[in-house]
Amino acid sequence: MMAWDYAPAPESAALANLKPTYRPFVDGEFVDGGGEPLKTLNPATEEVLAEVGTASQEDGDRAVAAARRAYEQVWGPMPGAERAKYLFRIARVVAERARELAVLETLDNGKPIRESRDVDVPTASAHLFHHAGWADKLGYAGLGPDPKPVGVVGAVIPWNFPLLMAAWKIGPALACGNTIVLKPAETTPLTALVLAEIAADAGLPPGVLNVLPGAGDVGAAVVGHDGLDKVAFTGSTDVGKEIQRRLAGTGRRLTLELGGKAANIVYDDAPLDQAVDGVVDGIFFNQGHVCCAGSRLLVQESVEEEFMELLRTRIETLRVGDPLDKNTDVGAINSRPQLDRIVDLAAAGDAEGAHRWTSSCPLPERGLFFPPTVFSGVEQTMRVAREEIFGPVLSVLTFRTPDEAIAKANNTPYGLSAGIWTEKGSKALWTAQRVRAGVVWTNTFNRFDPTAPFGGYRESGFGREGGRVGLEAYLQA
Amino acid sequence: MTTTVTAPSTAGGRDGRFADAVRDDASLRRFLHGLPGVDHVGVERRAATLATRSIKKESKLQALDMAISMIDLTTLEGADTPGKVRSLCAQARRPDPDHPDVPSVAAVCVYPDLAGVAVEALKGSGVAVAAVATAFPSGRSSRAVKLADTALAIEAGASEIDMVIDRGAFLTGRYGAVYDEIVAVKEACGTAHLKVILETGELAGYDDVRRASWLALLAGADVIKTSTGKVSPAATLPVVQVMLQAVRDWHRATGEHRGVKAAGGIRTAKDSIRHLVAVNEVAGPAWLTPELFRFGASALLGDLLRQRRTQLEGHYADRDHIGGA
Repeated sequence: MMAWDYAPAPESAALANLKPTYRPFVDGEFVDGGGEPLKTLNPATEEVLAEVGTASQEDGDRAVAAARRAYEQVWGPMPGAERAKYLFRIARVVAERARELAVLETLDNGKPIRESRDVDVPTASAHLFHHAGWADKLGYAGLGPDPKPVGVVGAVIPWNFPLLMAAWKIGPALACGNTIVLKPAETTPLTALVLAEIAADAGLPPGVLNVLPGAGDVGAAVVGHDGLDKVAFTGSTDVGKEIQRRLAGTGRRLTLELGGKAANIVYDDAPLDQAVDGVVDGIFFNQGHVCCAGSRLLVQESVEEEFMELLRTRIETLRVGDPLDKNTDVGAINSRPQLDRIVDLAAAGDAEGAHRWTSSCPLPERGLFFPPTVFSGVEQTMRVAREEIFGPVLSVLTFRTPDEAIAKANNTPYGLSAGIWTEKGSKALWTAQRVRAGVVWTNTFNRFDPTAPFGGYRESGFGREGGRVGLEAYLQA
Repeated sequence: MTTTVTAPSTAGGRDGRFADAVRDDASLRRFLHGLPGVDHVGVERRAATLATRSIKKESKLQALDMAISMIDLTTLEGADTPGKVRSLCAQARRPDPDHPDVPSVAAVCVYPDLAGVAVEALKGSGVAVAAVATAFPSGRSSRAVKLADTALAIEAGASEIDMVIDRGAFLTGRYGAVYDEIVAVKEACGTAHLKVILETGELAGYDDVRRASWLALLAGADVIKTSTGKVSPAATLPVVQVMLQAVRDWHRATGEHRGVKAAGGIRTAKDSIRHLVAVNEVAGPAWLTPELFRFGASALLGDLLRQRRTQLEGHYADRDHIGGA
């Protein structure tokens, strides 16, 4: 046997065109924010990447006022076909600057370059293209002959897919004639600010898009601003509940895309090798920092032993390390607090009697990393089965009958996504009809397409993003 | 119709673990159709992901040498002559005369009537002689002719036999007939290694590839091979992946290591490295040896040698600086 190690194949960090400082984008220009500047780190090294100016209350007021003015005077009245031109231009430049954006995203977020290059940036561009195409066809969206925009949108997005989530909010909002104030996550503001630069280069009228970096206080100021007509939030369930409380009674529209604890149901007649790949992809994609991650594996007892052996063998091949290495499968955990949370929840799994198995892959000596981990012997009552870990940790439960699988899959406060693995079409449909989740994948997982609506049930939020249905949140029908 | 399958010494695996599965046609069908399905979207997606592995620097040099050592340098043309075979053998021994550290290839693969020429030319080199037999490439002849074809190659000294399966029998569900034939050829091989060509381009999808792989393994194949090289598509990454899963599963079930040969259509170093990545990550690093993984190719060696020189010398080598056969 020949040991064959893949030599490191790092992408050049210089491609990111990293600048020492980044600033908020308000009313068509980059401004010195009035807030305390923050430093954004590279989670793979914990070194400072750049200093980022943050927004003060006044900056927020200015941004909302600019968005209102742009909405009323320019963007709202503009024919859809004209709005489409700007969006197409932005989508095209995102595709053209794909490599730069991918490297920047990987530096700021810690996700493997393979994923930012092959998934995040192309999907972001695809969403912008898709919505650009809707801009002059809104009358055909099934929401009335001439639907109107809702007005000024406040959007707060998470750190797990910084550019993609920005595109998910900006694309439909702008296509439908709204203007937007966007607050990227504290730890990952950079690609949203480059997107603002791209929008400015594309000639987008001032005020149509505003980007306000900052921490939770800036986010709270944005979503609570009474100058908004709609709030769109993607993030944790706790924050989502707070926003919902705050907006209750204001008449402002709200969509929430929150946490999840998705079940991946593997029946004994599944295409086992592909189910293994799907389970791996479901939980280890983006280090498990995915709200729709398949973090609960429900495997039929008759194939449990074989499946788990195949799964562990497959997980052993995952390469954890430098996110800029093109051969890395699992990158860095985005922040120290997030890593601490994963460590704590995994410890709870041990304490409650679940059996922990960890990939033997070596971890880098510095930076924020957590090895791919599987808990077996998990019971429904355990924290690792109930709470969203948001990390590379899989909990494995078993079932004997399809009814039991459904009962266990639905026994969660969440309902964002689910996976079903079977070669039998009728069983897949039977299961899909009973699983309470916004997205149900069969014989695949974590597939995103701008034409497919995405969103949750129960504590995973409400409202849909993407596709024809996704336009509804941004239009007065 | 139920035919009784003859039970040779290797029936159902060398320790008889699968004796029930190969009892008769009906048992074989139940067993093969009871194997887990292959989802074509998933298998192609994994293959595409594996193909994005970036193999550079030392790992590339290592891969190039590994690939060279795994080649069955092949000439299977009606126009083959002893001279052509001798020249191929010379290259097989010493692929790059300017760089004696280049490993020799695994084997030279020829038609049975030329096996003797290759045996003579390769004497003492450690390079094996493989012969395609059994009415290659169509397999359309009587059992007696196929066995005689095999015997011809064995008598000439071939140490490896590449046989084709009867795709007609397989596609009509006569698994017992295919099984019997492999068993019979395996016996005719004696100590020679048997590679069973599934001709996956003529099978109906990945489920069939998995079933044919298992059928061949049950019947005693030492190596399962994708293609004759005469049918397109030949060795695609998803097909090789499914076959690698079959030998991996066979090993899990029996402890035995069986091999895979990717043949046909692999012409570039880049392509061969993608296959090596699949071997490494799907079957496992234990399969990264000429015993357990082969490339069947005629044009691949030239590109591997060129890429090897490029790695060492920092610039692309002229095609004419490398001795082609």
